[in-house]
Amino acid sequence: MTNETATGQIIIVGAGECGGRAAVALRERGWKGKVTVVGEETLPPYERPQLSKGFLTKKVETSTFGNADSTKFGPLEIEHLVNVKVESLDRAAHSLSLADGRHLSYDRLLLATGASARRPSIPGGEMALCLRTSADAENIRTRLHPGRKVVIIGGGLIGLEVAASATIQGCSVTLIERNDKVLSRCAPISIAGIVEARHRAEGVRFIFGTGVKSIEDRTDGLLVSTTAGLTLDADVVIAGIGALPNVALAKAAGLAVDNGISTNEFLQTSDPDIYAAGDCASTVHPLLDGVRLRLESWRSALEQGERAARNILGEDVRQGTLPWFWSDQFELCLQVVGLPQTGGTTIERWLSPDALLNFHLDGEGRLVAASAVGQLNLIAKDIRVAEMLIARRARPDPRLLAEPTYRLKTLLAA
Amino acid sequence: MIANWIDACAAGDIENEDVIRFDHEGQTFAIYRTEDDRYFATAGLCTHEAVHLSSGLVMGTIIECPKHNGRFDFTSGKAKGAPVCVDLRTFPVKVEDDRVYVQIDA
Repeated sequence: MTNETATGQIIIVGAGECGGRAAVALRERGWKGKVTVVGEETLPPYERPQLSKGFLTKKVETSTFGNADSTKFGPLEIEHLVNVKVESLDRAAHSLSLADGRHLSYDRLLLATGASARRPSIPGGEMALCLRTSADAENIRTRLHPGRKVVIIGGGLIGLEVAASATIQGCSVTLIERNDKVLSRCAPISIAGIVEARHRAEGVRFIFGTGVKSIEDRTDGLLVSTTAGLTLDADVVIAGIGALPNVALAKAAGLAVDNGISTNEFLQTSDPDIYAAGDCASTVHPLLDGVRLRLESWRSALEQGERAARNILGEDVRQGTLPWFWSDQFELCLQVVGLPQTGGTTIERWLSPDALLNFHLDGEGRLVAASAVGQLNLIAKDIRVAEMLIARRARPDPRLLAEPTYRLKTLLAA
Repeated sequence: MIANWIDACAAGDIENEDVIRFDHEGQTFAIYRTEDDRYFATAGLCTHEAVHLSSGLVMGTIIECPKHNGRFDFTSGKAKGAPVCVDLRTFPVKVEDDRVYVQIDA
């Protein structure tokens, strides 16, 4: 499509960060036709990362949720249909059927349907609260009073962030993790150790190596039973056990799905008139030797949304930013760029006793990922430099990487 | 309005192509030094989520927020696109006798 065909209709399914960015990017690139964003929530696009952190600890309120793009919907004449689900997609007719009976026609479609929190499939699993939307977060927040017993299932990012927030709110927190350490999916063991120690120092209890068998509703609260035979009383149970991509619409319409809606490196699905981006999309990543990846992160949601919009308008921009995420727990900040598990050798750079950067090198000495934990002002610059080195496929001298007094930025000039 | 020149730091306290934080009377600033030894000052917090920009990386005349990679041109304060859309406030800077002075409205 080109900007001159001002009569066309572009529809975006999903009004999260990705869909919102895509809609605004279409206008920024000069698209004059119609843009409609269809969302199941009632709020304009907002930033989800704060839900588990600032919102649970009452530092931010829903009134200030809207992100930079959401404020532009009105001025840029972007139509936002709220609180409505898309029931079906008819690719041959280029049309969508909405739950309220409306039908919408599109020339190009972007699926930015996001992901949903995975729920524990155990007896009583429905009593575990999940955190995905602002409504979920509000529901959890009203229950985090001082002295409340909170049991968290899952030691990943959401579980740990909620554990920190609940502790800050004065709750007594126990976290149950199936593996023998936290963050086993996304961070190296050295970082997991620092994070766990920080939580323990704040009073969080950990139960490792066991799953949850059931949750029972007792008159005086909930009873959580582990697979190892332990029982715990709880006022609130929160599950942070991952997310599942929202692919039902795409699947029913016959689009290729492979752990997410499959796209090529241009974010185009198996139907050339349909694109997918953000948490719902599994995309071919050019920087990672064409590995197919589904990223659940704030930054990739924004970037893929923007790139999909540009490609819809006829550009050919590859999806090519490295995976990157951050987490905040107490005053500790975690940042990871690239995929640490693709590296064979790890070089440690200790910036302080509790600030560590890991550089992950592949068999040829090439930097493929970096992971860090510590105070933001100690780690952020180095992670950003590492990201640029990874994108350049650099092979930095490991001795320099390990030397904390060496200014890492110097490597960029090489 | 009386313009106040505040002695912020020594010229050598900031490395080339870098930034430091400067706090003064309850306000926080970011002071920058370019590769070619020019000095600039902006408000210290990102307009997106109030993160200290001094923790971020300077590349040329761009400061990148350490949290969400929002970018600003620190010579003009201009926001360079999502997720930031509000420009940074800038403040005049002068260097005299190897000291960096920032002009802050009194």
